Order: sequence, then C-alpha cells, then structure tokens
Amino acid sequence: MLRDITIGQYYQADSVIHELDPRVKLLGTFAYVISVFIFRNIPGFVLMTLFIGLCIKLSKVPFKYMVKGLKAIVFILLLTGVVNLFLTPGAPVFEWKFIAISKQGIYNTIYMMTRLTYLVIGTSLMTLTTTPTRLTDGMETGLGFLNKFKVPVHEIAMMMSIALRFIPILIEETDKIMKAQMARGADFESGNIIKKAKSMVPLLVPLFVSAWRRAGDLAMAMEARCYNGGEGRTRMKPLRYCRTDYIAYLIMLIYMALMIVLRVIF
Amino acid sequence: MSIIVNHVDFVYSEGTNTSQHALKDVNLQIKDGEFLGIIGHTGSGKSTLIQHLNGLLKPASGEIYYNGRDINDKDFSRKELRSKVGLVFQYPEYQLFETTIFEDVCFGPKNQGLAPKDAGLRAFEALRNVKLPKELYYQSPFELSGGQKRRVAIAGVLAMKPEVLILDEPTAGLDPQGRDEILEELARLHREQNMTIILVSHSMEDVAKYVDRLIVMDDGRVAYDGTPREVFKHYEELKKMGLSAPQVTYLMHDLKKRGFDVDEDATTVAEARDTILAYLGKSR
Repeated sequence: MLRDITIGQYYQADSVIHELDPRVKLLGTFAYVISVFIFRNIPGFVLMTLFIGLCIKLSKVPFKYMVKGLKAIVFILLLTGVVNLFLTPGAPVFEWKFIAISKQGIYNTIYMMTRLTYLVIGTSLMTLTTTPTRLTDGMETGLGFLNKFKVPVHEIAMMMSIALRFIPILIEETDKIMKAQMARGADFESGNIIKKAKSMVPLLVPLFVSAWRRAGDLAMAMEARCYNGGEGRTRMKPLRYCRTDYIAYLIMLIYMALMIVLRVIF
Repeated sequence: MSIIVNHVDFVYSEGTNTSQHALKDVNLQIKDGEFLGIIGHTGSGKSTLIQHLNGLLKPASGEIYYNGRDINDKDFSRKELRSKVGLVFQYPEYQLFETTIFEDVCFGPKNQGLAPKDAGLRAFEALRNVKLPKELYYQSPFELSGGQKRRVAIAGVLAMKPEVLILDEPTAGLDPQGRDEILEELARLHREQNMTIILVSHSMEDVAKYVDRLIVMDDGRVAYDGTPREVFKHYEELKKMGLSAPQVTYLMHDLKKRGFDVDEDATTVAEARDTILAYLGKSR
C-alpha cells in the first residue's frame, strides 16, 4: 500500500524528457507552476492541458503512474474544494438553510481543484523523470550565482539530495515496521482519531530511531571519505547544455508567452 | 489442522515497470508440529511467502487455508489469525518501541485483548523462554546488543502464544554462540510445546541440523521439498540456484569419489562422524 506513493520517486525510462538538462526541467517546472496560477479561462486551460499532456507523452511515464501520485492529495483536494464551494462570498445561486453557494464559489472550486491537480502532476513529472542527484546538481549550478550573496548553495543542494534520496528508503522502512507491528496484533486502521494517533506510537518510535541511526551512519561515511563541503569540488559529469535543451527553452518561452497573451486578451 | 497454500501467485507493484512476479503457483501443505526450513537465494520469494501465511500480504490469485478456512475470507478475523500464526521479522529494530523491554513484550498480548496482569504473566514467561537475563527486563530495549534485541523481538511474538511460529533469518548477524542458543531454544519449543516452527535461513548448516523438512525456493517457485537428506542430494542443482549444501555434504561426496565407502547423504557433522567411524570399522 505504501509502495504506491509516487511523489518524489524516479521512474526509469529512455526519453527526451529524461535526457533534458535538469536546469531546463527546473526552470520549466517553475514556469509551468506560474502558468497554472495565471490561467483564467477555457483557452488557457486547453493550452495548459496540451502542454503537460505532450510532456507526459514524451516522457514515456505511464499516465496511470502520475494519477497514483494524486491519491496522496485527495484529502487536501476535497477540503480545498469544500471550503471554496461553501465559504466564498457572493450572490447565492443555491440556498438551503445556512448553506449558500455562490457563482463565484463554483468558479473558485473548479479553478482551485484543477490548479492543485495540475500542480501535482507537473511537479511529479519533474521528479519522476529526474534522478535526485541530477536534480540537485541542476539546482546547485542553476543557483550558483547566489554564492556571491553568501548563500550556502552547495550545502542546501546536498541537504536536498539527501532528503530526496531518503524518501523511498523511509517509505519502505515504514512499510516493514507496520508489518512487524501488525504481526503483533497492532491495528492501524480502526478506531477514532485519538485511538488512531495512539496506534502511531509503535510505528513512529522505531522509524525515528532508525532515521537517526541512518543519519549518523551517513555522516560518518561522508566524513570517512573526507567530504568537507563544496569548496573546490569538481564533478564527474559536469552539466552542459545541448541542442535539445535550447529547443526546450524555446518551447517554454513560446508556451509562457501564449499563456500570458491568453490571460490578457480573453 | 494445518496450513495449506494453494496455487498462490503474487506480484509486487503490479502494472508498473518495476513490477516483480515474486510467487509463481506455490503449493504447500504444512502440518501441525512440523519444524520446517525455507531456503532460497535473495529475491527468491521466501519472505514474500511467509508474509502470506499470516495475512500481511494478499495473494494475487490462489488461496491460503489455516485449519481448513480461507484466511482471506471476509468473515475470517485477521487479528485472530495473527495471534495464532506469529511472525518474527529479520530486523528486531522494526518492532521495539516501548520504554522498557517488559512493556514491549506486553504489546502483543495486550493487542489480543488480555488484561494487563495476564499480559504481564505472558511477557515474563516469554522472556524466560528466550533466556534473557532478569536484570535487563526493565531496561530500554534500545540499549541492548543485537543478539539481545533479537531475543526480545522473538519474546514479543512468543508472548502471544502462537500455534505456528515463523522466523525470518533469526540468526543473521549473530555470533556463533548466540546463533546456537536461539536455535536450541526454538528446537526446545518445538519439542516441548509441539509448536509448528517455520525457519527461513541462509545457513545450510542450521537447517540441516534442526529442521524435519526443507523447502527450497527459486525464482518464486518451490524447487525442492523434502527432508534435508533428500534435498541436499541435489547439491549440484542447488549450486546453480546460487545455494550451497552443508560443507559436510561436499566432504562426504569427495570421500566417496576417492573410494571411501561412506554414506554420502550425511548432512550434519554428527551423521558424518558416525558414517566415517563405521567405515573405519570403529565404533564410538
């Protein structure tokens, strides 16, 4: 069950999107996220859908896999929907006792839910097609200019890559601990919210203990190999732009321009 | 009264590019009071199989019967099944969480719905059974050595008084003395309480010495099923699966090849000693 969480995981495939420079993908995702928040009409929606649809198609990641990632946010999605639907002020189109739904509320609900869904799909496309190492490499190189402002870019990138690297490990570990406790009769599913919270203790304590131990081991292993930060470190595979990367930048630029035009005109 | 595994198939992460066909048409019958060993290469499906036996995993197809009832039936109580079929995982770190060892061992019996006092009695009995020194009972389980942690983990499952005890590599990473002690303890439980014990192991010496029946898993299938003597006759085929027979088996086959008329199917050191002595015309 926990194995089904796909957020932050890498999906191995041989595609154009996988091969793109991570900087392109980072900037692309950033641009896409902005576009998700500026669209306000049907043409914008169509263009956005076409763009992300094309990216998914090119990435060769099965669509089923992307939708699986959405399962994790179903609750947030529904909550946002309900809050927007009932609590947006405006002229009511539907009224029953204390419940009132305004036209504005319906619009907001549709927009917010589409936005969240598209946001998760877009960002998970990036993590699914980029290995954590390449992602943080891209971040480090792309944001390298911040070094001049005394921002510890390398350290932040290293922390990010370690955190990302540990997501699947911790998920797997949670799965194993759950099973070990279930074998001793632990029940994680039934009961009210307090009982459920209490039943988490046998799960969280071993998980914490093992996470601390792993962190210690990793620090020791890094130290043993004389790791001491970013100063003077070189790369085995330095990032270099090639033709597809420039084409991708061009497509992104056109896409953003169109999105802004569609927002302004209609 | 037995466990029957009937045409069980299982696939991990079905429908993705990482999917693994972990069990392929597995058929088994495990009788009451058996001491069963399961061996196999890493990834051969041993751990997947034992997780099916207490309902932690659900077969993609096929059924598992415990005492004649399908364990995946809707009206079959999982909770009851898990208190009858105890499973000890490979790493004890995955289950220790309480402030004291005693409290931790009480967790299982308490989940079974026992009163605190009864759960405590069960815990003491289980801790005595695994021979943990008394002065440790009220210490934190996190301060123990690896071998002691494993004993506590086994006690945590024993305290539930299971009819079947399944252990996944209970001796991995232990020193020889700790290993022998734990295996002797299991043999004693099997002998005195007639508990069915299923032992998953990498060590051929261990399984040859203790189990009555041995199952070899290879690529999700049951490759061999028989007494250790019968199974280790196939020592050459086992090698192709990345497994080995006990060292004694190789020795006996080599002796036979050089013209010594010994019983080449001896699987334990004691058996080998007897047959060599018999050949030399001496008795102990």
